[in-house]
Amino acid sequence: MADDKKSGGMSQMSEQVQASQAWGSIFRPGSIFRKGYSDSPRNRSYVIMNSVLYHLHPVKVKRHAVKVSYTLCLGGLSFFLFIHLTVTGIFLMFFYRPTAAQAWNDIQTLQTAVGFGLLVRNMHRWAAHLMVLSVFLHMARVFYHGAYKPPREFNWVIGVMLLQFTLLLSFTGYLLPWDQLALWAVTVGTNMMGFTPVFGEQVRFVLLGGVEIGTDTLLRWYTLHVLMLPFVLVIFLAIHFWRVRKDGGISGPL
Amino acid sequence: MTEIPEHLRKRAEAAKAKAAAGGDAPSADTPPADAPTGTAPTGDEKIPSHLLDRGTAAADMPAAPAGGPAAPVGGSGPDGHNQRLLTVVKSGSIQDTRALPVDKVHVWPHLLVAEFLSALAVTLFLLLFAIFVNAPLLELADFNKTPNPSKAPWYFLGLQELLTMFHPMVAGVTIPGIGLILLIMAPYIDRNPSKRPEDRKFAISLMTIHLMFWAVLVMIGSFFRGPGFNFVFPWNAGLFFEL
Repeated sequence: MADDKKSGGMSQMSEQVQASQAWGSIFRPGSIFRKGYSDSPRNRSYVIMNSVLYHLHPVKVKRHAVKVSYTLCLGGLSFFLFIHLTVTGIFLMFFYRPTAAQAWNDIQTLQTAVGFGLLVRNMHRWAAHLMVLSVFLHMARVFYHGAYKPPREFNWVIGVMLLQFTLLLSFTGYLLPWDQLALWAVTVGTNMMGFTPVFGEQVRFVLLGGVEIGTDTLLRWYTLHVLMLPFVLVIFLAIHFWRVRKDGGISGPL
Repeated sequence: MTEIPEHLRKRAEAAKAKAAAGGDAPSADTPPADAPTGTAPTGDEKIPSHLLDRGTAAADMPAAPAGGPAAPVGGSGPDGHNQRLLTVVKSGSIQDTRALPVDKVHVWPHLLVAEFLSALAVTLFLLLFAIFVNAPLLELADFNKTPNPSKAPWYFLGLQELLTMFHPMVAGVTIPGIGLILLIMAPYIDRNPSKRPEDRKFAISLMTIHLMFWAVLVMIGSFFRGPGFNFVFPWNAGLFFEL
């Protein structure tokens, strides 16, 4: 009896919540959160149509487009890894100061004194390498399927840009631990940039914030890594995803 | 014998009565308008003459009695029917079918489930990998201690490898620059419209050679370069590689 009363109260309460203006203002008319979900073609459409997912996916796609053996999920996984890196990266930002005097110590402290610090840093690093790999494999997959052909030519161009931004993001992150590996890998990398014709020295100077790597470089690369490059990357990602839909979904079967 | 519904039987009877009353004028209730008066249209229209003859003959006859065992009493056509065939419209001659129906599935659940599961699998992989393998953190950066060898991140090791063979301008700028421009221009250079692998042998071979070129260089730079960036075998000299 008491149990009945309790569950009755619960369902009454959930009905009241779902009838309230606040709830209705959060979930759009037709949303499955307003009226509950039962499996029907109409509700399957509403899941996409009445949620933020509609920005990313249409209600229906070609049957062949959901075949995992065609895409290997590589594009979606690259995006997922980007989100993963953003989340773990924000966590790392709480414990990190980008100066030559503090950076290495902050990471040492993060690994030894912060709960899950080591784990999150590990995940951030491995996800970064994995993202470089998955973006690269995604590009190869798209090429071998001829998916860069009309009408998707421009999306291929955007995609190559995204690959470069991915490499730059990874490379700028490489310096931040300020250990021997970071310093010398970046020294080798930026020395290569110095050989750019005509304005090689200027490019190098701007990137390093001086003639050699120092605390200014650290601040500069930190800003690039956590703010500027992700910002640009997100804009290109938005165009990339939008174009996938506008160009008629992913390319057809071979 | 099936029962004929009441309303259909009534309609048929009314039509029969009307046909009997009209007799020789089936178009009695259509307004004559400006058409030339005549019991049947003249033969200069698009209706083939043999069909027109059949139609007018049928119009002159009283309609077949409704109900009963469908006896072809009053019909004039081959089977006693009294409709007339105006024309045959082939499918596609009027309607222009542009979009063929595409076999589609709902994104929820078919696509979202696959995406969710793959994301879950990668998260699990990352978690396990991060638990068991630590990210490197060497000693504090020191400008006075150059490690030997000094290596760039693995995705730039192909470039660093090229630096051992060519002038820095060529290895660091020209070759990767040309490679990158060709990659970006690929859809505008490759004008072959076919996506079938058997039609794209040249493009596929070229891309495979390109990818293999970098992969091999990265492998050599990563695993086969020891102190002084000299060529070594990892099974003799050990690994000089940090991720």
